Amino acid sequence: MKVYRTIRTAMKALRRNPMRALLTTLGIMIGVAAVIAMMEIGAGSSAAVQKSISSMGANVVLVMPGTATSSGISFGSGSVTTLTPDDAQAILRECPAVRTAAPAVRARTQVVCGNRNWVPSSMYGTTPAFLDVRDWTVVDGDSFTERDVLNANKVCLLGQTLVRELFDGASPIGKEIRVKNVAFRVVGVLGPKGANMMGMDQDDILLAPWTTIKYRVTGSTLQSANQSAAAAASSTVNTLSNLYPGGQAGLYPQQSEVQAADTPLPVRFANVDQVLVTARSAPEIPAAISQMTALLHERHHIRPGESDDFTIRDMTEMSNTLSSTTKLMTNLLLCVAMISLVVGGVGIMNIMLVSVTERTREIGLRMSVGARARDILRQFLVEAVVLCLVGGAVGILLGHGGSTLVRMLLHWPVQTSPTAIAASVVVSAAVGILFGYYPAWKASRLDPIEALRYE
Amino acid sequence: MEFIELHNVYKTYYIGDIDVPVLKGVSLTVARGEMVALMGASGSGKSTLMNILGCLDHPTSGEYWLEGREISRLTADQRAMVRNRQLGFVFQNFNLLPRTSALENVAMPLTYTSDLSDREARHRAREVLVRVGLQDRLDHEPSQLSGGQQQRVAIARALVNHPPLLFADEPTGNLDSHTSEDILRMFKQLNESDGITIIMVTHDAEVARHARRTIHIHDGVIVNGEQTHNPEAGPVGTALGSGDTV
Ligand SMILES: Nc1ncnc2c1ncn2[C@@H]1O[C@H](COP(=O)(O)OP(=O)(O)O)[C@@H](O)[C@H]1O
Ligand SMILES: [Mg+2]
Repeated sequence: MKVYRTIRTAMKALRRNPMRALLTTLGIMIGVAAVIAMMEIGAGSSAAVQKSISSMGANVVLVMPGTATSSGISFGSGSVTTLTPDDAQAILRECPAVRTAAPAVRARTQVVCGNRNWVPSSMYGTTPAFLDVRDWTVVDGDSFTERDVLNANKVCLLGQTLVRELFDGASPIGKEIRVKNVAFRVVGVLGPKGANMMGMDQDDILLAPWTTIKYRVTGSTLQSANQSAAAAASSTVNTLSNLYPGGQAGLYPQQSEVQAADTPLPVRFANVDQVLVTARSAPEIPAAISQMTALLHERHHIRPGESDDFTIRDMTEMSNTLSSTTKLMTNLLLCVAMISLVVGGVGIMNIMLVSVTERTREIGLRMSVGARARDILRQFLVEAVVLCLVGGAVGILLGHGGSTLVRMLLHWPVQTSPTAIAASVVVSAAVGILFGYYPAWKASRLDPIEALRYE
Repeated sequence: MEFIELHNVYKTYYIGDIDVPVLKGVSLTVARGEMVALMGASGSGKSTLMNILGCLDHPTSGEYWLEGREISRLTADQRAMVRNRQLGFVFQNFNLLPRTSALENVAMPLTYTSDLSDREARHRAREVLVRVGLQDRLDHEPSQLSGGQQQRVAIARALVNHPPLLFADEPTGNLDSHTSEDILRMFKQLNESDGITIIMVTHDAEVARHARRTIHIHDGVIVNGEQTHNPEAGPVGTALGSGDTV
């Protein structure tokens, strides 16, 4: 007996009582719809988390200068200036697991253009490799070059927010802006990136060669205070001969000479605030970290047992935490959906049992014209499976519709999940087989004569 | 060996601790091409005997040979095969699938015959329906057919696999006398022109007259050994019915 013929027989039997078939499969429908909606919404928020992680740069590892400690009091990460641009170059050159490395110095100060001004939340002095690390594109104009970095040229790249605030969205290429009385030529505009995971606007950024920021703008080692006030008050003329112009009182207590002697961390001259590094791939991140650690130990002459004068951090932990939270929620909701599928399956079994009793005479008749026990078993099993699959298909449509509605009305990120659809089909069929088997087996065990005589 | 041979068949039902003997040693032979009427009072065991003959039930003891095969030794699946290929069964209450067209009702046994394509099956079903005179009722459902028409659909269903043997348990029991005549004429024609062996249960002597041979059963035993010759039934085959034993 051909399978498709069995399926057609099953369809005919179901069509004889469409309302009941619909109600029977309602449980499966709701269960599958719940599964699909959960999976799509879950996958959507997972993808959103992934996207915001990768918008901060894929496989990014951050190398920060070390911690100054005095009599057990830590001054926090970056309180000692130990990282140099040479370290960044050495990392790129000597660590095989590292793809790119960009040194970065930070500043926070006012940017002026004509009668407008703005304080960007991030202002980085760096190298062109920064764009590669952060996976950022220049949508207008061009990036600055290595030569600009070498010459400390006064050029910069602007983020979308700055373009909006200073130029009202007009193209700023070639225009001049002033950062702490230093005139910069805008050479390019960065593509939009939106907010990061913490909700910070990533487009509120100005990028310039690190040499320019270091030698012409900040002058201090770790200047993250707003310098606009100082700049306004300052009448200093910026010249190259003045290496760190506009220097201010340090944020942290100066180490006394005794303290410095107690913590023999070599202080470099041209220091950077951090080095952004990308590993070649996510699995190579640990290798990159250990290679950099070894390299920096050697370069900074740190003997085994001595404390490091740098810290290395990667994003994996943060992304793991975030995605495990969404995963947990999705799994919990999936459990609920699975329970409703089981309840739906019990409904199928119930109605199939009723149906077998009701159709006892039909079963007897089919047996009397030559149906074997296994033909009857197959017929009822296929009927249950068809019922479940139809319910599953409707459920998939309902769930998909539901998640689309959620996306349109609540603006939640959703993502169609082919795995979930395939799984739903398989699970519906499995529920049909599991819960349809007993009624079908009961039907196949009927005695033809008794079945024919059944009233 | 004859077409059908029953040797000393007993059938006993067990209801709780009580034994209900229904058939008490039935032996009979039927030759190919015969048309036999089985008569007896209600409760005498006619249906029980027919079910055994129709391979729906097995005897408590005794042997049933059909075309040289001992049926009671076959497995359930093999018996299903025999029911499907070698015989057709017509019931008193038609037993058609409700809300299913005549054509599909007739084609239903073919779904258990794997060597036929869908189109062939429908073609065959149409053919037999035409033969029983229902060519313009192919798509009617049982509820849209008269009793006689329903019984004709049932006969078509029994014939769809071209079996050499047809059983009918009180086929006219639910029909008026005029329709009964039609049905019986059809049986007779099937017997005479197609050579189908027919065994038919009835307790109406009028109906039995159509058969060439009548077997009387009383309280589980066959009471008449001799063949009943019905002049209206036409010429009788030479050795028909001679194998009857009590
Ligand atoms: N499944 C059964 N269980 C018990 N007794 C049965 C069963 N089937 C038939 N009988 C008994 O067998 C006897 C013969 O029944 P049946 O063959 O149907 O008679 P009929 O000649 O009217 O067709 C009846 O007395 C009936 O009560
Ligand atoms: Mg009877």
